[in-house]
Amino acid sequence: MTPSRRVPSSPPSRSSFARAVLAVLWKDLAAEVRSRELLSAMLVFALLVILIFNFAIELAPDLRPTITPGVLWVTLAFAGTLGLNRSMAVEKDRGCLDGLLLAPVDRSAIFFGKMLANWVFMLLVAVIILPLYSVLYNLNLFHPGLLLVILLGSLGYVAVGTLLASMAVQARTRDILLPILLFPVIVPLLLAAVRASGGFLQAAPFEQIRPWLNLLIGYDAIFLAVAYMLFDAIVEE
Amino acid sequence: MEPRPKLLSLLTALSTLLFLAALAVIFFYAPLEATMNYVQKVFYIHISTAWVGMLGFLAAAAAGIAFLITKNLKWDIVEVAAVEISLVFFLVAIVTGSIWAKPSWGTWWTWDARLTTAAILEMIYLAYLLLRQGIEDPERRARFGAVYTLIGGLSVPVTFLSIRLWQTIHPAIIGTASAQAQGGFAMSPAMLHTMFFALGAFSVIFITLLWHRIRLGRLAEIVEQRKLQAVE
Repeated sequence: MTPSRRVPSSPPSRSSFARAVLAVLWKDLAAEVRSRELLSAMLVFALLVILIFNFAIELAPDLRPTITPGVLWVTLAFAGTLGLNRSMAVEKDRGCLDGLLLAPVDRSAIFFGKMLANWVFMLLVAVIILPLYSVLYNLNLFHPGLLLVILLGSLGYVAVGTLLASMAVQARTRDILLPILLFPVIVPLLLAAVRASGGFLQAAPFEQIRPWLNLLIGYDAIFLAVAYMLFDAIVEE
Repeated sequence: MEPRPKLLSLLTALSTLLFLAALAVIFFYAPLEATMNYVQKVFYIHISTAWVGMLGFLAAAAAGIAFLITKNLKWDIVEVAAVEISLVFFLVAIVTGSIWAKPSWGTWWTWDARLTTAAILEMIYLAYLLLRQGIEDPERRARFGAVYTLIGGLSVPVTFLSIRLWQTIHPAIIGTASAQAQGGFAMSPAMLHTMFFALGAFSVIFITLLWHRIRLGRLAEIVEQRKLQAVE
């Protein structure tokens, strides 16, 4: 980002940055409310993944607390790539990304706007899946700890995911590229999220869960900062 | 076309000699380990190739940063060279590690921190090559490659930490003593000599390969430019 890209008469302030982020977020949410194509695809896909898990591994009642966190996070991660790919592909295909980039705002504002929109979509999927899963498997998932883990885990996921998706959509092989780029990088995040979720579901002492929560927070902090610094390098041209 | 530099030819010959010498030292100088016998000899190759993999990994991350700052495409050539070498040497390290693990742990593979991290590093580099393959524009390819090596480079230590937190049985040969780790062994001075000789030899081999690969990258770039000129 060079200073010349900014509008000289209005130096960027904190409030204008926040306004730009919210504008991008609002645009994505409004587009989704009108088309409903992204969230419905993510939801149906997530339900199908759970359905397949039901046949693929025996979710016997006594094993459920130990297996559930894994099933839940794999479902969220898979449904997440679907959403990430789509949210960036829409911008690219209809030339909206160029329009966004022409706007006289800090480009990281565009990144954070897209990221927050993706975060909202992932959380919405989680909010719908959790009660369904609770009913289907007679297991109460409404544990405040688990909700915290989902909040932290999906934040790190969309931070890295939005950054990598904005690279993947510009490649020739974009539909297959995102999961390949994303999954090796989010291994620590998934491990921490699964362990922490499992800890809360099995009512483990907080001393055992805390290292995983720390790891989640650390991962979120590192990759939010990295994505903030590197997004300019991806969209410049 | 530029002729091959004299120093590079010299280094190539030196690398060949050093590799043979390292093999000789491993097989004839290093003493037999008491419990593991000949199998332990793969350890010297294992640790050296893992070391070269680490060197390549760090070189790639450094070249990625250098590219993002300078935007000079020569750093991109260095980055690809380092990634490719690191990919191959880490693979050798994983295979030799498995050969060592089978008799000492009774299994080819465990989900230990170092093994898992090495495997994930391989995945990141394979993804990196796939990413590059999908982009035609050299400038954009270099930019995305640099971004991905940085993200990958940052995630690897975090991955290592997270899996260490999860479980670990890999013996720490140097530094923190881990008597409880299975298959650990005390090293005699002759074993230490052998290890450091192998590490030194493989470091020279790494530099030679890196130079060759950078030179190859530059030649490929020249060919590409000539092709474009021929079309016009």
